Amino acid sequence: MRIKHLTLALAAAALFSTGAQAQTEIQWWHSMTGALGDKLNELATGFNNSQKEYKVVPVYKGTYPESLTGAIAAFRAGNAPHILQVFEVGTATMMAAKGAIVPVAQVMKDAGEPFEPKAYLPAVAGYYTNTKGEMLSYPFNSSTVLFYINKDMFKKAGLDPNKAPKTWNEVLAAADKLKASGQACVYTTGWPSWMHIENLSAWHNVPIGTKENGMAGLDTEYKINSPLHVRHVAMLGDMAKKGTFTYAGRTNQAEAKFYTGECAMMSSSSGAQANIRRNAKFDWSVNFIPYHDEVKGAPQNSIIGGASLWVMGGKKPADYKGVAKFFAYLSKPAVQMDWHTATGYVPITMQAYEVTRASGFYDKNPGADMAVKELTNKAPTANSKGLRFGNFVQGREVIEEEMEAVFAGKKDAKTAMDEANRRGNEILRKFEAANK
Amino acid sequence: MEKRVVFRSAWLPYALVAPQIVITVLFFFWPAVQAVWYSFQVQDAFGLKTEFVGLRNFAELFADSHYLDSFKITAFFSIIVAGAGIAISLVLATFADRVVRGALAYKTLLIWPYAVAPAIAGALWAFLFAPSVGILSYFLRKTGYNWDWVLNGDQAMFLVIVAAVWKQISYNFLFFLAGLQSIPKSLIEAAAIDGAGPGRRFRDIVFPLLSPTTFFLLVVNIVYAFFDTFGVIDSITQGGPAGATQILVYKVYYDGVKAGDLGGSSAQSVVLMAIVIALTVVQFRFVERKVNY
Repeated sequence: MRIKHLTLALAAAALFSTGAQAQTEIQWWHSMTGALGDKLNELATGFNNSQKEYKVVPVYKGTYPESLTGAIAAFRAGNAPHILQVFEVGTATMMAAKGAIVPVAQVMKDAGEPFEPKAYLPAVAGYYTNTKGEMLSYPFNSSTVLFYINKDMFKKAGLDPNKAPKTWNEVLAAADKLKASGQACVYTTGWPSWMHIENLSAWHNVPIGTKENGMAGLDTEYKINSPLHVRHVAMLGDMAKKGTFTYAGRTNQAEAKFYTGECAMMSSSSGAQANIRRNAKFDWSVNFIPYHDEVKGAPQNSIIGGASLWVMGGKKPADYKGVAKFFAYLSKPAVQMDWHTATGYVPITMQAYEVTRASGFYDKNPGADMAVKELTNKAPTANSKGLRFGNFVQGREVIEEEMEAVFAGKKDAKTAMDEANRRGNEILRKFEAANK
Repeated sequence: MEKRVVFRSAWLPYALVAPQIVITVLFFFWPAVQAVWYSFQVQDAFGLKTEFVGLRNFAELFADSHYLDSFKITAFFSIIVAGAGIAISLVLATFADRVVRGALAYKTLLIWPYAVAPAIAGALWAFLFAPSVGILSYFLRKTGYNWDWVLNGDQAMFLVIVAAVWKQISYNFLFFLAGLQSIPKSLIEAAAIDGAGPGRRFRDIVFPLLSPTTFFLLVVNIVYAFFDTFGVIDSITQGGPAGATQILVYKVYYDGVKAGDLGGSSAQSVVLMAIVIALTVVQFRFVERKVNY
């Protein structure tokens, strides 16, 4: 059976390669599955049909870490793909790999493709831009963190369902009422570090680390044991003790708890909306994440998560021309709008956002523009344009381990955040030593 | 009279073992040597810059209190997994050996889980005990027990142990069953005639005669608990909550494969290698003396 498939595949490959001899193939490794994967393939097909010179070949390579590991191995063996989709926490790893990657701005310039970095949403492009203003990778799928409430449960608890809590004090007050109304799970969260450390900092214009959150140098240090961070984590710990905060896990496990109606409030990715829309049998709303009103100037703007496309080094100049053409195609407002409305990821150019608004999509799908609004709430500052920490895969793990210890009541917030800061800095020093 | 089979040819025996040697060298020795070599280096993920740092990776490891905690967790996990795995399968094998009717069906069902990959076994248990939607969690909550392994480290540990043991029982069962069947019935009957009850017969005849099997399984199970269980951990807890199920091999996998820290990961695997070599030597030097072949 397998052999039969293999021969079929080989035959098909042979057929294709003869048919596409004149075309230059661009390998694109990605990690999108299901509906997202279908949509991604559609983008490639759309580009391939729009011209004859180049053919983009999307290949699914497993989850983000798997695909990155695979690409690293392929690079070491001299077979890296042209384009690699890398999740946001891998940004520093990619960026430090000079010689393994080519900055997107460079690719566009060499190919003579029109490229205007200012056309992109600052909160999106800023994440992948170095301090010299050079865009390093192409922002492909970006989301941010939002706050969801179950309106039916708010009504049941005697709260105004049309007034979602705006500040953490309001969240606490609502939480007590929800708890009193017999609600077992009051508040839960997805992506604890992304939401409660990274976005908490940006939303209050407080640094996550020195050197512009690591963007201005490898000698950055974490600053996640500031009074605000400690107070916030302590607040969550208290909520957990009181039973108004239910910890769900390190990724998106919270989303199922929300759309099944188990939890009344949730903070998680803007990408959760698609699933909630499909599964929730109750009235809900999506809102800005809460802020601490005693912090002056809050709320600032939130930061993105998701992934970007990196161009790998060591290919022929003609190949890079194709890559540049493909990125130019992806930036077209119509293509962006299609991707944004189908997937729920934010549009990456202002123009695409305007076009989508003009189409009436946001009137029909209230909340679909909430992510863009939150990301553009204010012009990003050095504290809120993004972050770039070496080995942040490990860094996030350390942060989440320490937060879990607080939620479980094993450590107090101050001890835990001091420890997270110390352990995080050790990882940063190691990364610095390996990449200097 | 010479009992052994003797090869008269000078090269044939070498040719016959050559494929095995090649595979062992290629897939075991070569990577092991590489791991030792990498453990003395600091390297970026893409291998563009490599620096020889001597023992610094090891020094950093042992300065990390969380790494030291991981030893305690691993010791606890391995002892329970190997101990429970062997004990439960011995009981099951003893019973299955006595079953008269439908023995084949019992045996087949007991051997079945061995065909399940560790990651899938982990996923199965994770689903059964999932805090929101798991069917067993549902019943546990009904009884009023606060089942929340996402935050409770002890419960998380219990869950990964259950999954890891469940996965290994079949393998142990198979060997115990074969061992039991090779014990001459006449010995057991003789003991029965002498008036020994089932318990006595097990203790004085069956168990000593099974000791080679038990010893073999002890070595295999410890190696299993140390090395093969990262799939189970990865699909259930990813080492959490707060590092409560972070066993040594999972950290090797996480740091090396997911976090791209080759030097640190290699240093850890060298440490792990040393531990398992030491344990195996101890087992062969001291435990094996009690084994009757």
